[in-house]
Amino acid sequence: MELNDLARGPGEWLRGSGPEADIVISSRIRLARNLAAFPFVSRASESDRARVEELLRTRVLQIQDASQLLYVDVERLAGVDRQFLVERHLISREHAESHGSRAVAIDGHETFSLMINEEDHLRIQVMHSGLDLDGAWEQVNRLDDLIEEKLTYAFHDELGYLTACPTNVGTGMRVSVMLHLPALVLTRQIEKVFRSLQKISLAVRGLFGEGSQAMGDFYQISNQITLGQSEQELVKQVADIVPVIIDYERQARDFLFRESHQNLNDRVSRDYGILRSAKKISSEETMRRLSSVRMGVNLGLIEGLDIPVLNELFIHTQPAHLQKLIGSELESEDRNVERALYLQRYLQSHTRGDESERN
Amino acid sequence: MKCQKCDKPSTFHITELTDGKPVELHLCEEHAREYLTQSSQEPTTASSMAAVLAQQMAQQMAVGQTAEELAELDQQICPCCGISFYDFRSQGRLGCPHDYSCFAPQLEPLILNVHGETKHVGKIPRHAADRSEAQTRLIQLRRQMEESVADENYERAGQLRDEIRRIEQSEEIQ
Repeated sequence: MELNDLARGPGEWLRGSGPEADIVISSRIRLARNLAAFPFVSRASESDRARVEELLRTRVLQIQDASQLLYVDVERLAGVDRQFLVERHLISREHAESHGSRAVAIDGHETFSLMINEEDHLRIQVMHSGLDLDGAWEQVNRLDDLIEEKLTYAFHDELGYLTACPTNVGTGMRVSVMLHLPALVLTRQIEKVFRSLQKISLAVRGLFGEGSQAMGDFYQISNQITLGQSEQELVKQVADIVPVIIDYERQARDFLFRESHQNLNDRVSRDYGILRSAKKISSEETMRRLSSVRMGVNLGLIEGLDIPVLNELFIHTQPAHLQKLIGSELESEDRNVERALYLQRYLQSHTRGDESERN
Repeated sequence: MKCQKCDKPSTFHITELTDGKPVELHLCEEHAREYLTQSSQEPTTASSMAAVLAQQMAQQMAVGQTAEELAELDQQICPCCGISFYDFRSQGRLGCPHDYSCFAPQLEPLILNVHGETKHVGKIPRHAADRSEAQTRLIQLRRQMEESVADENYERAGQLRDEIRRIEQSEEIQ
């Protein structure tokens, strides 16, 4: 498998299927693990890091057929390719930007990514489309078992799995769901939702960019505590709150649909119009308008356009993806021109009831 | 103690080194977050939060402890990876698994503060590290070997390498 094979598809997390997929984009679980016989990454010498990388690589190649695995040496990867993996949520920004031996192993369907020598020696991450935390837990647990068969993790009788940062100690587990909440943002209720989540020890952050007005109205909700609760309890804690937020978002959408139908319809249609006809558009503006159109499609205000098409556009119009799809590195200004062109063509060829030719 | 910027109680206590002199700030959670996002341009907010947590914990420890006792705790060094507790406090990252044992008294209040618990109740690896002593020893020996190489003490480095190999071979699982 090659890195470029990934670019055309949306990746598992934006596939746009699975339960509640109009609001729940994806479910993700990651486990932080360290090898007992080595210092943590920040304190490891280059030879320690290289040895950890080798041990984990060997084990990963034993458990996954090489034809179905992409093993990437992140240290030697070009900048645009690192950015590409960050945009696909296959590696963290820190992993892209740090130094020394480090890697990522990704399966063909992009359901898992194993980051080697990130903050911890190993970060096992599983992503499933839609709301499927139980399925994600089952897969991540199995991967963890397989890797552990031939390696000894740093584990403490009292404290559980030992991690470089004490905030992850215990289960080393972060359970998260990515939600699309445009109506809660539009009705200015999102802050209220956040405050109530923080009270029950759940963390909220924007999926793209920082701050409360997340780009594209995508938010990630995850557990903060990793110690003193079992993995199943942590999964349940996040899983239990999701239907509540889905309900709030649906209520907000209904409210907008009922109370300001014309305004909403106008707004959504204008955003769609701009995406189809702009000649220059930034990544940020694209996300904002795509988010609005996505809600428009879900509410039946826009017809002939499918959610998976929009999901693909969210990812394809990101800077590194755009450059990989076009096949050359571009400055920001040129990207804005190419992005507008890409959107136009893509929307033309992927809408039904549109007489334009398909390519 | 009140937050320096509003009337809420201060829960974050940040020490900044300005021109080599420590300046203390006492802030509520909201203002601490605002201050931290302003002052650090780095994208790694997670690590700066970790450093703040470590600071916060140090503040808790300060109750009932003299400055000398505190300084002593700070200077305690892990025999295995060689970091001091001060290194952890300033970076928010531990050096090796053994730090959890060696800095246990200092870490416990921090862990309790973050998680509200101190005991793991989840998954247990199938071959839990009953060999942890040997593993810890390996970390220490590898560090000593690298130091010996750096000092051009190749004889010592060779001895250490042999000992590392011996332990590695007796451990069928790395």
